[in-house]
Formats: sequence, C-alpha cells, structure tokens
Amino acid sequence: MVQVDSLISIRNIEKVYHMGDIEVPALRGVNLDIHAGEFVAIMGASGSGKSTFMNILGCLDRPTRGNYFLEGQEVGSLSSDEWASIRNRKIGFVFQGFNLLSRTSALENVELPMMYNGLHGKDRRQHALESLALVSLGDRLHHMPNQLSGGQQQRVAVARALVNHPSLILADEPTGNLDSKTSAEIMELFQALNRREGLTIVLVTHEADVAAYAERQIHFRDGLITSDERK
Amino acid sequence: MGGLLTTHCSRLTKKMGLMTIRIALRALGRNKLRSFLTMLGIIIGVGAVIAMVAIGEGAKALVKAQIASLGTNVIVILPGSSVPGGVRTGFGGVRTLLDTDARAVMDEIPSVAFASPSLRSMQQVIVGNQNWATLVQGVSPEFQQIRDWQVEDGRFVTDGDLDSAAKVAVIGQTVADNLFGNEDPIDAVIRIRNIPFRVVGILQAKGQTGQGTDQDDTIMIPYTTMQKRVMRITWVQSIHVSVASAERMEEAQQQMTALLRQRHRIQTDQEDDFIIRNLSDIAQASSSTTQVMAILLGSIASISLLVGGIGIMNIMLVSVTERTREIGIRMAVGARSRDIMFQFIVEAMVMAAFGGALGILLGIGSSNLIHRFMEWPILVRPDIIGIALLVSGGVGIFFGFYPAQKAAHLDPIEALRYE
Repeated sequence: MVQVDSLISIRNIEKVYHMGDIEVPALRGVNLDIHAGEFVAIMGASGSGKSTFMNILGCLDRPTRGNYFLEGQEVGSLSSDEWASIRNRKIGFVFQGFNLLSRTSALENVELPMMYNGLHGKDRRQHALESLALVSLGDRLHHMPNQLSGGQQQRVAVARALVNHPSLILADEPTGNLDSKTSAEIMELFQALNRREGLTIVLVTHEADVAAYAERQIHFRDGLITSDERK
Repeated sequence: MGGLLTTHCSRLTKKMGLMTIRIALRALGRNKLRSFLTMLGIIIGVGAVIAMVAIGEGAKALVKAQIASLGTNVIVILPGSSVPGGVRTGFGGVRTLLDTDARAVMDEIPSVAFASPSLRSMQQVIVGNQNWATLVQGVSPEFQQIRDWQVEDGRFVTDGDLDSAAKVAVIGQTVADNLFGNEDPIDAVIRIRNIPFRVVGILQAKGQTGQGTDQDDTIMIPYTTMQKRVMRITWVQSIHVSVASAERMEEAQQQMTALLRQRHRIQTDQEDDFIIRNLSDIAQASSSTTQVMAILLGSIASISLLVGGIGIMNIMLVSVTERTREIGIRMAVGARSRDIMFQFIVEAMVMAAFGGALGILLGIGSSNLIHRFMEWPILVRPDIIGIALLVSGGVGIFFGFYPAQKAAHLDPIEALRYE
C-alpha cells in the first residue's frame, strides 16, 4: 500500500530497454519510500540501474511496469506536458556537468525555470536573488558560467534547482567534475540545505565519502535494491 | 471564472511571446555573422522584389497617367474600310461619317456626355519669318471636355466659330514656344496653307503620350473651318465621344452602333461602315502587360523567398543540433514540447522578418538610387512593404517548423547527455 506520509512511493517498478530484439532489464521490481526531509544517497556500480531509477524519479523516463507516487499522486502515467509541469514545480535537478546555459549570466540561469511557470519580472528576479543568496553566490550575479569556477557553477545549478521551491532535489553525481575540496563544499551545502531548509535530497553517487553526507544510503545492484541503511 | 482564466492565460502568453522574442534575438546575436548570412537570402529576395515592384508600379502609374491624359471614358468612332474593286482601304476609306453623326450621338444617346467630330492634318504653319510643321485638328467646343484640356490663356473654339467657320486657332504649348518664343501669341496671326488664322487661345501643357508623341505639338481650329478651308472635304475623320461613366461604356457603344447603322441605312446582313474604338481597351491591354510583369516579379519573389527559407531551415537544423544540450536543460527545468517548439519557430520567424525588414530598406534604397541615376519613375507601395514583411515572417514559420518540431521531440535524457 501507499504510505500517505511518503513523499515518494515506488511500487514494483520495472524498466526494460529494447536493444533491437534483445530485452535488457534495467530495473527489476524496485520498492522504495522516501519521506519529506530525508537526505538519501543512491549508490551502485554503473549498470546497476541507479541512473535509470533517477530518470524515473525525475519524470524523465517512464517505468515499463509499476507505480510511482509523488506526494500521493501517481505520476508514472501522466502526459509529457504534465511531467514538464512536475519537473518545473516539484523537482530540482543538479547534474554532474552543471548543465548551465552558456553565455547566460548566473542570474538568468537561475531564472530559467521560472520562464516556464509564468512568473514575471520583479517576482522572478526576487526569487532568483533569494535562491542565489542561499548558495552564497549573491556577488556573482552577472558572471557567465565560463567566468565561474566549477564549484561556483555547481552552486548556480543548485540555486536553479531551488528556485521554484521544489519538494525534491535530484542530484546526479553532483561532485563528479569537482576536486575533493570543492566536492566537500558542495556536499556541505546540500547537507545545510537539508538540515536548515528541510529539503528532500536524493543523490546518486558511486563515491562512498560523498554518500557519507547522506542520512540514508541505498545500494543498487543488477536492477534491485540490495541494501537500505540509515545512519 | 473561465473568462478570468482565459484573460490570465492570454496575458501570460503575450508576456511569454515578448520574452521568447528577446531570447530569440539574443540567440541570433550570439552568431551574428551566421545569422546575417542566413538572412541574406531573404534580404536580397525581398529587396529585389521591392525594387522591381517599385519600378513596375512607377511604369504602370506613368502609363495610367498618360492614358488618363487622353480623356476618361473616351470612345472613338472611325470610318470603316471599304472594298472598292477588291482593294481594301485602311480605316477612313469610306466617307460616310459626318458631323451630323456626332451631333446625333450626343443628342440621342443619354449615356453620351459629349461628342466632337475630329479632322487631323499635318500642316506647315508660318508666323512672320518662323515656320513649324504641326498637327492641325478640326474640333468642336465639346472636344475640350472630352480630352479634359484646359486653356491656359484666351479661349477655346466656340459654337459661334463653328457656325461661321471662323479662322481662329487655339495653339498648343510646343507650337507657342516654337513660333512665338517669349512673345504673346494671343491675337497674333498665323498662316495655315496660306490662310490667316487669329490665335485666340493657348492650351495647357499635357505632355507626351505613351508612344512618345508630344500632345502639345498641335493647333486646334473649328472643324467646319478645317472641312471647308483647309482640307476641303465634307466628311469627318473621326468622332470623339465621352461617356457619362465607366459603367455605361458598354451600353453607349451598343447604342452608338445601333444609331449609326440606322443613320447610315445599313441592312442587317451588311457590315458596319464604321469602327468603334474604346480607349479603355487600350488601357486594359497595357494593364494586362503589367499583369504579366507582376506575375513574373511574383515568381522571382517566391523563388528567392523559397531559397532564403531553405537557408533558414538549414541553419535552424544546425542550431537545433548544436543546442541539443540547451534543449535538454530547458526540458529538465520544465519546458514543455510546445515551449521548445515555440522558441525555435520564433527564432526562425524573427530571423526571416528581420531579413525582410532589411530587405525592404535595401529595396527602397536601391529604387531611390535607380530613380536618381536612371531617372526611371518609381512608386514604392506601402501595402507591398506590409506584404513583404508578412510573407517573410510566414516563410520563417514555414521553414522553421520542421527544425522546431525536431527540437521539441528530443528526448530530454538523450539531450542532456549530448556532448
């Protein structure tokens, strides 16, 4: 049954890819509940199904079978326009490669999600400024991504993920392109956001020291969850 | 509630539209040279069309003005050809057309406003020690209204002149200039075939006809004087008729045919001994020439816009591929397929419309240059400018559609991973 207080309820999710005639199972019946305010690290080797699972969580990919409830709503079967709206309002993405728009200022990058929810002018600017302040980048508003360090770029990406006040932050290897010192800074930022703002964060990583920042660690192997530990 | 939602949405879309145009401008600005080269197709196409249409319209307006200078709603009745002994004469071979026919046409046909007999002959005109060969026309006072030709000084031929076959002449500007120079011609005596005529009026300048004939190189005298003293004939060479309105031309022509057949006692199985020529037919012929020209210009325009459009499509496809990652990012943060589609179509449209606008400037500029250096008449029509802008925007939408659709249907996961 769906637990009412769960932010995310995953029930028997399966995902099968078709490579020509061959069926490749990526997820083979995953069940998982994540509560609001949790900081979860998903770990696993490449090919374990963790990326597929992230894509499904992020409403970017459809499960072949099973149900995905986000805030009690079954979202696995929604239309792609409805997905776009959920990605816009309920999910914030942080990627390994930062994925900022080039030749676009930090402020405008953070404003981007609000282009698609009808927020305008002053409100938009205000939200973007607040968001950039949360990641301590209030003084780099008009810098272009190529004028920022990797850590600063990732902070901009975090600010962009936060700007629409999502219920869930999905971070896919957010420290993969950063040195260890900057990685630690970004992870501390996530931790602070989780503790101070009560943000729910799901983090995919294959580095144990990065995963250590999370309160809960889930291991994937061959499309199944093999362990689920809370600190 | 529904209405409120709609107004909210439409306001939203409007703001979205403005913003999307801004984003498009910025995206195009990032590749200025490439955007410009892409627009060049449209710029040259639209520019060429604007210039060609301006020249064509200028020529058309000139022809129109020339035709109008011949008088509006004018019909000319000419004597038909006769076949004496198997040799066909040209028009005017028969001598059955009389001044009384002109009178009858004017009096008996309600749709006819004015009618004037006309006789023409080239004559050497002498004043003192000057002489000049010019066209002498014998007319009635109505000729002035038919040709809509004012006198600049003095008076025109009057009914009194007709009755007395007076030896008076009204001279055109060219004749006045050549025979009198700076002197006042009024009341001077000119000699036509050695007959002295008193100059009673000077006609206003009317300029050249479409064929280049100088209309002002003429002298008008009463047709009775022309018949009796100059040409010594009893018939008239043509009758000029002006019809009350353009709509009644057909009616007037039929009634004139019937009246003249009756007056000339032509049996039902016999052919007319006169020919009715409609000057608006000539106007129509010239307008059909310009129509062919317009079709030609139109096809050149469509081809150049097509080529320009293909250029835009090509660059948009490149742009979609280059910006796959951007599209992925936009989708991840909540852009719907139609937002992406809209963005790229607006970009193509802005590029095409901008090219169209530059093309309009180029077209106006080059037609002004042509006007200045080649002295061709030009006419830049504002509606053509509007159409050019709309069409080039439309070309942008049409050729931007496929690349935009390609962008909108990208898979966000793939797009985000694109290197």
